Amino acid sequence: MVEVRRSTIVDAPVDQVWAVLRDFNGHERWHPAVAESRIEEGRAGDEPGCVRRFKLKDGAELREQLLRHSDRERSFSYCIIDSPIPLIDYVSTVTLKPVTDGDRTFWEWSSSFAAPQGREADLAELVGENIYEAGFGAVQAMFGQQVRHGATVPRTRTMATPADARPLDGGAVVVERFGGPEVLRWERSTAMPPGPGEVRLRHTAIGLNYIDVYTRTGYYPLIAPPGVPGMEAAGIVLDVGPGVHGLMPGDRVAYACAPCGAYAEVRTMKADLVVPLPDHVSDRLAAAVMLKGMSAEFLLHRVHAVREGDTILVHAAAGGVGQLVCQWARQIGATVIGTVGSAEKARIARAAGCAYPILYAETDFVDRVMEITEGRGCDVVYDAVGADTFMKSYEALAVRGHLVSFGQASGPIPPIDLAGFVQKSATVSRPNFGHYTSTPNEVRSITDRLFRALANGVLQVEIAQEYPLREAAEAHRALESRRTTGSTILIP
Amino acid sequence: MVKVYTSSVIDAPADRVWAVVRDFNALPSWHPLIRDSRIEGNHPGDKIGCVRNFNLKDGGNIRERLLALSDYDYSCTYAILESPMGVSNYIATLKLAPVTDGNRTFAEWSAEFDCPADRTGALVQTVGQGVFQGGFDALKRSFSRR
Repeated sequence: MVEVRRSTIVDAPVDQVWAVLRDFNGHERWHPAVAESRIEEGRAGDEPGCVRRFKLKDGAELREQLLRHSDRERSFSYCIIDSPIPLIDYVSTVTLKPVTDGDRTFWEWSSSFAAPQGREADLAELVGENIYEAGFGAVQAMFGQQVRHGATVPRTRTMATPADARPLDGGAVVVERFGGPEVLRWERSTAMPPGPGEVRLRHTAIGLNYIDVYTRTGYYPLIAPPGVPGMEAAGIVLDVGPGVHGLMPGDRVAYACAPCGAYAEVRTMKADLVVPLPDHVSDRLAAAVMLKGMSAEFLLHRVHAVREGDTILVHAAAGGVGQLVCQWARQIGATVIGTVGSAEKARIARAAGCAYPILYAETDFVDRVMEITEGRGCDVVYDAVGADTFMKSYEALAVRGHLVSFGQASGPIPPIDLAGFVQKSATVSRPNFGHYTSTPNEVRSITDRLFRALANGVLQVEIAQEYPLREAAEAHRALESRRTTGSTILIP
Repeated sequence: MVKVYTSSVIDAPADRVWAVVRDFNALPSWHPLIRDSRIEGNHPGDKIGCVRNFNLKDGGNIRERLLALSDYDYSCTYAILESPMGVSNYIATLKLAPVTDGNRTFAEWSAEFDCPADRTGALVQTVGQGVFQGGFDALKRSFSRR
């Protein structure tokens, strides 16, 4: 912890100085760095719990909350809630005491906070001089007092130009041109200071997904080479841009979304896309599970709300998303049927909660589903295989069943005969993950349920492979040759 | 319960002022009202519970017990055991705080006690101005000479 303590004497009676300072929102009237301030939710500036939202003259925005306020002790304490400056766990106290000898005022302003390594001295000086001493000087001037020693004159350096308002260099894996694993190269890349609505992260773990292979080969037009692939990572917030609320430097966060760019040591991106991680979800776990776990959540809870007693069919039940769907659906109380490509994968699917793994190469899955369900069919079928399975998935549906097509790994789905679906009153949907995760509220609603499922053990994730980020090409080779099991993460 | 509070600013760093006032037996070296002092029972002057027995220049004798001493807070608390002032339940605290602006010292001296109602005004004056402010004035003079 960094501790800062500054104090001064004001040549005015303590009650007069307290009258200036006691309004938590009054700093816009006396502090030279504050441009404007208001208390949120129409509360008063002497209500503990109230939050002041204020803008500095250089444009930086902060939110601070009043923790205690005492007219008896002429003192208040507050903490920072949002700030572009990395003052972590910052709690500060202002206290006035009378100097009976001369009817003056002793004013003490102190705080403790954590700071990113190496920035302790810099931030202590910023707080002590640019906030506390600048405030002392301004209030002393209000009472017509000569400022002592010049130390309390506001400095020209402003608060929101901390030393890291500079581009930050780091390494990144770059796709030089579309192609095989060999097109992945380790290069220097730069994370710019976060602009409005942006956050800058230092990644601690990065998720490897098959979509990264499609990004690299150009099968999906997700980047224009040279570009950085990767959709999923966890890391630490380095700093935040103006207008970003709810994220602080030092927060642990993760994300799983477009645009690409996760294969990097440092990254600047939209703050809306990242979510804070609870203590029980490690960075490595988050990098391994965010994209697959959010996919499972939206399939089971949003695209179709699976209920106790339902029977569901999951293709590729031993795959990354498939295993999570099996685990979660079984916990809900559904009967899970899955297709798998080998006996080993049948074992994996069964361990994940799939009651009836079907080896599709040996057994016709429609026949087997009808046998298991005694001719009724499944309430919902999750199909990302596409061309090879689509019509048969329809055949495996129960009356009023729901066929969810969320991918086409085996190729494009042929035109469908919608009118024919009247035979089952079937619902067919083709959900796009992006349409369920386009606002911060949607993302947090999904991740809240995902993190709870991880906390209470409903979802178990095995991180089976770890590669240094620099060796991403080797990780791609392993993934494409099906040498990996479970999740793979890259460590910067 | 009567409360007295006196505070002042001394133009010297707090650690230097503390070095002068922390010794519970050192009143004669800096307070103008005190003629001599000793610690009873041959105890050191910073042992919590020790008693200082001192004589005023006007002849009065006072015994005070050290209740608390903090080098961390620059603070010292004591109680009067016997005195000619006619007070009871007297507890006082002398406390220093650094004034970073100018490297000075904010000094507070406060007391609480019971006494007959008709003597309150005189005692507040004696304690607050005579003893406390008198001590601060001496410290201010002493440090301004250096």
